[in-house]
Amino acid sequence: MMSSQLPALQVVLPLLGAPFCFLLWRYPRWSWALATLLSWSAFGVAIMLLIQVQNAGTIEYAFGGWQAPWGIEYVVDQLNVLVLLIVSGIAAVVFPYSWTSVQREIDPEQQSLFFTSMLLCLAGLLGITIAGDAFNLFVLLEISSLSTYTMISMGRDRRALTASFQYLIMGTIGATFIIIGVGILYMLTGTLNMQDLATRIPDLGTSRASQVAFGFLITGIGLKLAMFPLHLWLPNAYAYAPSAASAFIAATATKVAVYVMVRYVFSIFGVGFSFETMHIQWLFVPVSVFAILFTSIVALFQRDIKRMLAYSSVAQIGYMLLGIGLVNVTGLSAALLHLFNHALMKGALFLAMGAVCYRIGNTFIDSMHGLGKQMPWTMAAFVVGGLSIVGVPLTTGFVSKWVLIQGAIENGWWPVVAVILVASLIAMLYIWRVVEAAYMKPRPEGAESITEAPASLLIPLWLLAAANIYFGANAQFSMELAQSAAKTLFNSAVVGF
Amino acid sequence: MTPESLLITALVLPLVGGALTLCLSKFQNARDGATIFTALVLLFVIIQLIGTTLSGGTVEWQLFEMLPGLSIEFRIEPLGMMFAGIAALLWPINSLYSVGYMRGNNEDNQTRFYLFFAIAIFGVMGVAFAGNLLTLFIFYEVLTLSTFPLVTHKGNDTALAGGRIYLSILLTTSIGLLLPAIIWTWTVAGTTDFSAGGILYGKISGVPLTILTLLFIFGIGKAAVMPVHRWLPAAMVAPTPVSALLHAVAVVKAGVFSVVKIVVYIIGIDTLSAAPWSSLLWILPGLTIVVASVVAIKQDNLKKRLAYSTIGQLSYVVLGALLIAPLSIKGAALHIVAHAFGKITLFFAAGSIYTSCKKTDVSQLDGIGWRMPFTMTAFTIGAISMIGLPPAAGFISKWYLLMGAFQVEQLVAVMVIITSTLLNTAYFMPVVYAAWFRKESGETILTYGEAPWPVVVALMLTAIITILLFLFPGIPFTLISAIPL
Repeated sequence: MMSSQLPALQVVLPLLGAPFCFLLWRYPRWSWALATLLSWSAFGVAIMLLIQVQNAGTIEYAFGGWQAPWGIEYVVDQLNVLVLLIVSGIAAVVFPYSWTSVQREIDPEQQSLFFTSMLLCLAGLLGITIAGDAFNLFVLLEISSLSTYTMISMGRDRRALTASFQYLIMGTIGATFIIIGVGILYMLTGTLNMQDLATRIPDLGTSRASQVAFGFLITGIGLKLAMFPLHLWLPNAYAYAPSAASAFIAATATKVAVYVMVRYVFSIFGVGFSFETMHIQWLFVPVSVFAILFTSIVALFQRDIKRMLAYSSVAQIGYMLLGIGLVNVTGLSAALLHLFNHALMKGALFLAMGAVCYRIGNTFIDSMHGLGKQMPWTMAAFVVGGLSIVGVPLTTGFVSKWVLIQGAIENGWWPVVAVILVASLIAMLYIWRVVEAAYMKPRPEGAESITEAPASLLIPLWLLAAANIYFGANAQFSMELAQSAAKTLFNSAVVGF
Repeated sequence: MTPESLLITALVLPLVGGALTLCLSKFQNARDGATIFTALVLLFVIIQLIGTTLSGGTVEWQLFEMLPGLSIEFRIEPLGMMFAGIAALLWPINSLYSVGYMRGNNEDNQTRFYLFFAIAIFGVMGVAFAGNLLTLFIFYEVLTLSTFPLVTHKGNDTALAGGRIYLSILLTTSIGLLLPAIIWTWTVAGTTDFSAGGILYGKISGVPLTILTLLFIFGIGKAAVMPVHRWLPAAMVAPTPVSALLHAVAVVKAGVFSVVKIVVYIIGIDTLSAAPWSSLLWILPGLTIVVASVVAIKQDNLKKRLAYSTIGQLSYVVLGALLIAPLSIKGAALHIVAHAFGKITLFFAAGSIYTSCKKTDVSQLDGIGWRMPFTMTAFTIGAISMIGLPPAAGFISKWYLLMGAFQVEQLVAVMVIITSTLLNTAYFMPVVYAAWFRKESGETILTYGEAPWPVVVALMLTAIITILLFLFPGIPFTLISAIPL
């Protein structure tokens, strides 16, 4: 009985928990405990959904018993169950972490608000992923975006306010583009349900209206996923948000946006329309190549390591778009695999920065001199995450790059192979800067002596760092999920699910 | 013990040794004893494995699958067994030497030194026993990363600058060239397993195959074929036992070993000789041999001179592999052994001189042979082996290389080998001559004698082995004839 209600529970639990979380505003600890509990339950639900999907195939869930075209439909298939797992898994690690981290960064009276926003954001992200119709997806996108703006604005630095405002403007433009695109599609087809859209769009042929809708949607989603050069909101947002929020958003929000992109491009518009009529790969490939090279270089020159990681994220999103742009199963598998892997590595890196911030109050590279000796566990976890970004064997990043390069070789795109490799070398340089500062430079004179971060920060951090190694050494699980999702997306010519 | 468990033990032992040194870091004698003890146990295990390999047994062990069809796995074959044998034989000797050297020079952070040394040996074992390209690549990188703290051991700016060159060249070549070559191989062949006769037959041919081969040769930066040799002189900032390890046992040998292994077991010699321009590939190492030897003559710093000598000698191995003749490949494999013992003796001698009187330049060595007779005798033996004269191991390997060059009628390659022999003489003999036949210059009234006993014992041991290998080359020969060519 319960098990058939899982898709609803996935979203409803955190969504309904959020108001209760806010009602506990006098008792931030309880509010945090509730949020953590709900994030764990969301993770549990995601795991059960995964098992169901693997055993019984795609799940379609009609909300309130109202059947699809009229009611709200949730769909869980091999593609989005992977994303559900990532989002809820990261939440289950970051929520426990957030308590200690928040103590240093947010005033007590605002803490409950922060936990509430995080919970709402989680509900929104899970909802976007699971939603089976285009309008619902938009609504939940707004929920997650609004709560993200709130979280960012709570950063200690006053620049967090402008960062949040900047993101608000850009995010709203993106959302507007998406809703325009969805509106045009509704006018053309008379439906908002994704499955129905997928069956009706081919009948439209190459009508100009559907092409316009496609353009609006790609641009809007592109803004949300920080597609180069629409990424300008991202570095500030990640850099000035509270540490727990940075880790959570960096590891999940853009991944969900990439998922939405894949959903629209492959399932709704279909491979034929997207790649043969619209030739979207000729947008994705150059844009992502630029993103990979340009933002990696920019990352080299950042003083604030959180900002550096933010630029690195833009480059990593470039890898995912590149994988989509390769238009072969291997490339798409690489993109989906990297979705999973990048969440793990960026999560670990931002959590490590949160621990550093907890002890020394900022994340500037010059104040991190000599930290390797004083915070050995934190910095070791940072190194693990960093190696993963570089793509050193036995880390998740290596597996992603391996598959992505394989996809590029299958197309015979040697310059793209070179770009990926050069970017890895640049990543090596920017990670190396931190390693050299932390391990080979002495503590600055007069700096107070500090100790290792508390266990409540280290345990979540090392969970993610260990996951980087585990899924790097044994990528069977993630690869099989990504590969079967990619195969389904390519093979289902008409019905996208 | 079953062969599998022996293999696993051989892989895990260096790590256990490293952990032991870490636990015993407070007790200097116990810590150093633990290192030597572990090294001896490893030698024992490897000797047993050699026995299994010689009797024709195959040993395999799969750790786990990273991606479907792509696993981390180990498989013993004769070439790798030989490489592991060299490393296992030299690790205890080098550890003994390290104890003398590190204490004699009052180096800091000795525990860290022994720890990373053990991890580097772990990397060597992994490279030697790798069953496919992926595993080889992983341990190749383990070796690169674990030797970095050793190269920068002194921690001053010169050491860091040298370390940066070391790391950047090795990582750039391996990630930029070797990795795509491996993925390319995987894409066309559907496997990366090392197997007799290669895996690329009929899968790739023509110019792409030549390009792939070039990617492998330059991607393996550790083989130091010019122009990717720059890291080797830069790494000379390391303490001498590390240089000895780098040059003789671990890093460079992992490089040339990988080249030979890839030529024999991945590309396959028949496939390679059918590729366009493949008969010209040997020119790359050929040029390196001549240029490096000429540069070596000009170096006054003894360790720098040895470094350039190493670059030249490594290219002998690569040359042997790229002449694509069965005899020259045997010569290449033999040269891995011969060079290992000869060069480690030379480095040990250089370190011994530094430990006892802090001299680093060739021009300061007048008459030193009578002050440090054991050291300089060993140095002389090492030099003879490097030049390729009997009664030292280097003679046999050069002989085979020459035969191989004649076999494929590459007379220019024959010329290269002969010229370089002359050049080797030109940069080693002055040192030997100065040490024994020149008078010590009057100003040095310093009195000094031999280095600490562990240093002397170690270098005498390697010198003796160099001669023994000439007199009784049985085991390496048997292993080499088992390589499926």
